[in-house]
Amino acid sequence: MSRSRQGTAENTPAVPEDAAGGTAGTGVPEPAADAPARGLRRLVVLLAVVALTLAAAGVYAVWSFQETASGQEAASAVRVGTADALPGEPFVMFRNTAPGQGYGQAATVPLADPSGERALTGEACYRVYATRTLVSCLAISNGVPTTFEAAAYSSDLEPVTSWALGGIPSRTRISPDGSLVATTVFVSGHSYDSAGLSTETVIHGVDGTDYGNLEDFALLSGGTGITAPDRNFWGVTFVPGHPGDFYATATSQGNIWLVRGSLAGRTLTVVASGVECPSISPDGTRIAFKKSTSGTLLGHRNAAVLDLGTGAVTVLAEERNLDDQIEWLDNSTVAYGLLRDDTGRDSDIWSLSTSPEAVPKLLIEHASSPAVVH
Amino acid sequence: MYISMSDREGGKKDHVAPGSAAARTAFRLSPVIIWLGIVSMVTDISSESVAAVLPLYVTGFLGLSTIAFGVIDGINQGASAIVRIGAGWASDRSGHPKRVAVAGYGLSMLARIGFLFAGGFWAVAGIVTGDRIGKGIRTAPRDAMISAAAQPDYLARSFGMHRMLDNIGAAVGPLLAFLILMLIPNGFTTVFVVSLAFSVIGVAVLILMVPGRSRNAPPPAAAAAPFFRRPQLKWSHLKHRGLARLMLTAGLLGVLTIGDGFIYLLLQSRESFAVQWFPLLYVGTNVAFLLFAIPLGRLADRIGRVKVFLAGHIALLLCYLLAGLPAGGITATLGCLLLLGLFYAATDGVLAALVSRLATPGSLGTALGTAQTIVALSRMASAAGFGVLWYALGAETAVMAVAVLLAIALGASAMLLRTATETAEP
Repeated sequence: MSRSRQGTAENTPAVPEDAAGGTAGTGVPEPAADAPARGLRRLVVLLAVVALTLAAAGVYAVWSFQETASGQEAASAVRVGTADALPGEPFVMFRNTAPGQGYGQAATVPLADPSGERALTGEACYRVYATRTLVSCLAISNGVPTTFEAAAYSSDLEPVTSWALGGIPSRTRISPDGSLVATTVFVSGHSYDSAGLSTETVIHGVDGTDYGNLEDFALLSGGTGITAPDRNFWGVTFVPGHPGDFYATATSQGNIWLVRGSLAGRTLTVVASGVECPSISPDGTRIAFKKSTSGTLLGHRNAAVLDLGTGAVTVLAEERNLDDQIEWLDNSTVAYGLLRDDTGRDSDIWSLSTSPEAVPKLLIEHASSPAVVH
Repeated sequence: MYISMSDREGGKKDHVAPGSAAARTAFRLSPVIIWLGIVSMVTDISSESVAAVLPLYVTGFLGLSTIAFGVIDGINQGASAIVRIGAGWASDRSGHPKRVAVAGYGLSMLARIGFLFAGGFWAVAGIVTGDRIGKGIRTAPRDAMISAAAQPDYLARSFGMHRMLDNIGAAVGPLLAFLILMLIPNGFTTVFVVSLAFSVIGVAVLILMVPGRSRNAPPPAAAAAPFFRRPQLKWSHLKHRGLARLMLTAGLLGVLTIGDGFIYLLLQSRESFAVQWFPLLYVGTNVAFLLFAIPLGRLADRIGRVKVFLAGHIALLLCYLLAGLPAGGITATLGCLLLLGLFYAATDGVLAALVSRLATPGSLGTALGTAQTIVALSRMASAAGFGVLWYALGAETAVMAVAVLLAIALGASAMLLRTATETAEP
């Protein structure tokens, strides 16, 4: 640092000469008489700085590479086995975030023994969902550039279909009959010098039909269409017993809405306000969601339940910040993932009864993205 | 220097014998410009490597709150745009553009250190803000230093040289980041460490290799020139010299520059090529930009900077037509990327050269900063406006409407700049 300061100070007296050089018509600053020696000295200092910083960064990179490699090869922190098909009995599918072998893979545990040995599927999924007949796996592929893919697997864990995603996976759901897959991703970099992020929610038929982006559906509120370009959609949940009907979140101009969508009509109709990331209960009567305490997109989110019959909202007894699409264990219990720390690499899945005096219980350690299959 | 007597003579000579090499001084690239180019190159490696992985990193622990991040980023861009005028003014006032530039590059370097310890929404938002403000601070004084070091006859070529190096960095940065993530899954910290290293190198090159200079000291040659006998020129005088008209033109054309993202979306919706190729569209534009930066700078010095600046917007117009017309194909997509690259190569450095030529030495930084602010703000307005048009008219109709407006604006710009620069440009 002292060298640098000296460098700047030394340079100031040479200034008028530079300026003179510039105006003489050549535009090239003429160096002072002793400049070559000083220039050489500075070049040496610069080369030293370059060598030192690159060496330091290189050493860190090599260390980090070895740490990661040994971490990946280490035995898993939990008991694991391998799966070649979805279990016959009721199960929970999730993303295994236990350090060691199998990190990031889709895995299952029996619903009756969620803390028991987990069966790894061998498929790395950033987000995962499952029904009896289908698994939806949203994956990140580290390449040049990083790419994102959605893949569907059969109950034998054989690939059924796959398609490219336009951004970072965030949510996925499958319709109860296993025919539709909904995906939400973050789309970034849609402008030359902006990191602006928006969501893109698409419904895809397993038979290959592309129902398209929810942004292309008509968004209706009280009979009028909303066409503001800042509309964002995420978190689809399919209505049981009504094929092609779903709920999702819509935002525009600072509003957060619950919308009911129809694939047939290609419409989204606002049905409630302040409901984010909806998840419909198995009996179709209630919606579990994230409720923003500030009413905006920023800030703390509580877990809450909306009764579709009465419109009553109950805030659940979870005090930590929720950022997951809630899943239903049964008609009166929900499950959701919570980060273990700031790194975003490891989570736990918690369960919580919807009754007011309930206490959150640890359901599956080192896991995220739960899907409950009865 | 920039618009001294010799400069004006150079222009007149061009007018008499356009393209005559004998009439001009021989081109000699100042080492200062190369060093400044290297500073920009390594700094771009640093910033673009982080930018490439930041969304992935941030969504890892911010989840859906990441959407709110986009809003903050919009505010940051506005702040970064406005800070450019201030930094340009500070570099003029202090007479030490290098010190202002060091402050800008240094702030971004500190932000890189912050990434190593960041956790939580506000920490990341604060760091990204610092980085953007740093970028806003450094641009005007850096361009002022390039302008001061360049031969007046070869201003556009010199800026072209700098922009080429700058864009090499912008192309290498993401590549490096993706490679690191390929080798080290979740290796975000490694990306940040490598980014910091390049940032430190950038600041070191700037401090050690780029000479500082005082613009308060009146240049002897300028003092001798009759035109500049008065110690200070008034803003009204700048207006007379056409700077205001140039700024107006830049703003007018900027409002009709809808942004690459929209063009890529158009191309993608028509060609329905897989979404994962999206990042490569940026690479294509970038490569075209860096390849043509120097040739178009040379051309601008030879046949006139205004002509090349306007021709660059014709390239943009053609790209709009390619993207908006139903006839498509891979040729149209590649042609559009090439045209976008040509557009940037013909306008980015050339505008800085034009501003340098029209501004007085004492207000160079302010003028460059103002031009950058106008371009940045008008393009932000354009993106917002085009977003509305897109939904109201449909993508193809919207882009054709903007193309028509751009054609009209180009006619108006040619008129504006003809009167604005007849005294200063060949």
